[in-house]
Amino acid sequence: MFEIFGIPSQALFGQLLLGLINGSFYALLSLGLAVIFGMLNIINFAHGAQYMMGAFVAFMLLQYLGIGYWPALVIVPILVGAIGIAIERLFLQRLQKLDHLYGLILTFGLALIIEGLFRNYYGSSGQPYGVPESLQGGRNLGFMFLPNYRAWVIAFSLLVCFGTWFAIERTRLGSYLRAATENPTLVRAFGINVPRMMTLTYGFGVGLAGLAGVMAAPIYNVSPQMGSDIIIVVFAVVVIGGMGSIMGAILTGFTLGIVEGLTKVFFPEASNTVIFAIMIIVLFIRPAGLFGRLA
Amino acid sequence: MTALDNATAAPARRETDWSIAVAAAAMVVFLIAAPFMLYPVFVMKALCFALFACAFNLLIGYVGLVSFGHALFFGWASYFAAYSAKAWGLQPELAVLVGTAAAAMLGLIAGRVAIRRQGIYFAMITLALAQMMYLVALRVKMTGGEDGIQGVLRGRLFGMFDLNNEMTMYVFVLAVALAGFFLIYRIINSPFGEVLKAIRENEQRAISLGYKTDDYKLVAFVLSATLAGLAGSLKALVFQLASLTDVHWTMSGEVVLMTLVGGLGTVFGPVVGAFLIVAMENYLAAFGQWVLVIQGAVFVICVLAFQRGVVGELAARLHVRL
Repeated sequence: MFEIFGIPSQALFGQLLLGLINGSFYALLSLGLAVIFGMLNIINFAHGAQYMMGAFVAFMLLQYLGIGYWPALVIVPILVGAIGIAIERLFLQRLQKLDHLYGLILTFGLALIIEGLFRNYYGSSGQPYGVPESLQGGRNLGFMFLPNYRAWVIAFSLLVCFGTWFAIERTRLGSYLRAATENPTLVRAFGINVPRMMTLTYGFGVGLAGLAGVMAAPIYNVSPQMGSDIIIVVFAVVVIGGMGSIMGAILTGFTLGIVEGLTKVFFPEASNTVIFAIMIIVLFIRPAGLFGRLA
Repeated sequence: MTALDNATAAPARRETDWSIAVAAAAMVVFLIAAPFMLYPVFVMKALCFALFACAFNLLIGYVGLVSFGHALFFGWASYFAAYSAKAWGLQPELAVLVGTAAAAMLGLIAGRVAIRRQGIYFAMITLALAQMMYLVALRVKMTGGEDGIQGVLRGRLFGMFDLNNEMTMYVFVLAVALAGFFLIYRIINSPFGEVLKAIRENEQRAISLGYKTDDYKLVAFVLSATLAGLAGSLKALVFQLASLTDVHWTMSGEVVLMTLVGGLGTVFGPVVGAFLIVAMENYLAAFGQWVLVIQGAVFVICVLAFQRGVVGELAARLHVRL
């Protein structure tokens, strides 16, 4: 044990770790929002509800079918993504000619429906979801104790984030996607099915939210309001980062998680408002966001 | 940002303005008769929300800015009104004034931040600011945290009229709400209101005509916040309570819903929408969490099939302004 700025290292690194964990979820969720926004020009207000749905589906798989964490990590994003695809086909596709704000209002309505349904059946108290057996326990790093599951969450979310970045910025499919974001009409003229691409993009973004939900289940309680709690913070993250760049969303998410963790050490009473405060400052200095372009 | 223009009512024509006068007269007659037919508290609640929705509509319907954080002004004004009535023993009219002034100040600060971005970002920023102030309300001593401020005394209006009498209270709420409606109507029909509509239709063009659009947007935002605060202050007196519900994001969503159901950018839409939604919640109160699901479904249906809202649809059918 040693001290840094008068704070025991255990506490400091412990909060830093928590911050990194929160940051992983901010990054995963704001990444999904940015991908969806880039392609569909819609802010997916239901993103938090879909993340909550991911956690709940994992919980239900375990509870009713005995399917554990590892299969859930594959099944849940596909299931939740499929629901996303249905939502896009049924609702969002009809909004293309309308102002973006209708997309926001519609997905807000969807978020209420999803949250209300889960509250009906599970109440507002949380459901427990255990850490998978293979990741139980932890290791002592000398300056702090690192639980295995938390290390896995950070490593895996980094992998998913950079995988997504690579797929969009460095592959052929990604280049179609970026082209369709820039100029959908032209890309359509080249014979690429843009509406289908939009559907799949939305499904992918929603699947990412579902994946984040599964990863969050063993850390936070699985509860119906877990989505609305986090999504508003993620909106602030998105405003700070700007939605222009994938890498920007990832970096902003992780950084703000760490800043939040550090605030918890030094000014505990400001810890849950610090991200909003940073948002206000950024809006005055760089209204377009750190990585954004003013549209 | 050409926001929501397809949702606004039929084009303005001078000769059809009688329709507004007729509808206003009908509304006043209804509101005078209402407390004899319905529960006065129910009508007062609906009136508070109607004023709140009209204030919100000023922004969404006439400037094209969607605030997802109007609970900030509504809820904090009700805290200030309730606190000043309870802790300082202020008379009701002064308590309402304190609440409204607080909302105006908050509106000025939040507005300075939020108008730096438009469209979707504006919605996200207002939501984030409101959430921040919700978390503050959860923590500060003044608001009473989870308990809220309970048992607020209604007191005597101007030291003369005892507001504990339900009818006296109703007359007070009705008078304030009608004054609020009238003020909003005057604002949207003033030269200032015309500039707001110009900004909604084409901000770039308004700028090139020499209007400082940011200043106009800020003034509109502050006016909207102030009137939302007036509504919140009244609600605190009616229910003798200020609580976290009124600052929560669901409240911000509710006012969007009311305005959308009634008709964005119509004069009477928010009033009708507020009465419909408050009535719906009253009848559905027994169903618990289904209220959330039904609210969500109403949102979805309105966006997909009913963008003009009740009043907008009526106005379009009758080819009049409402």
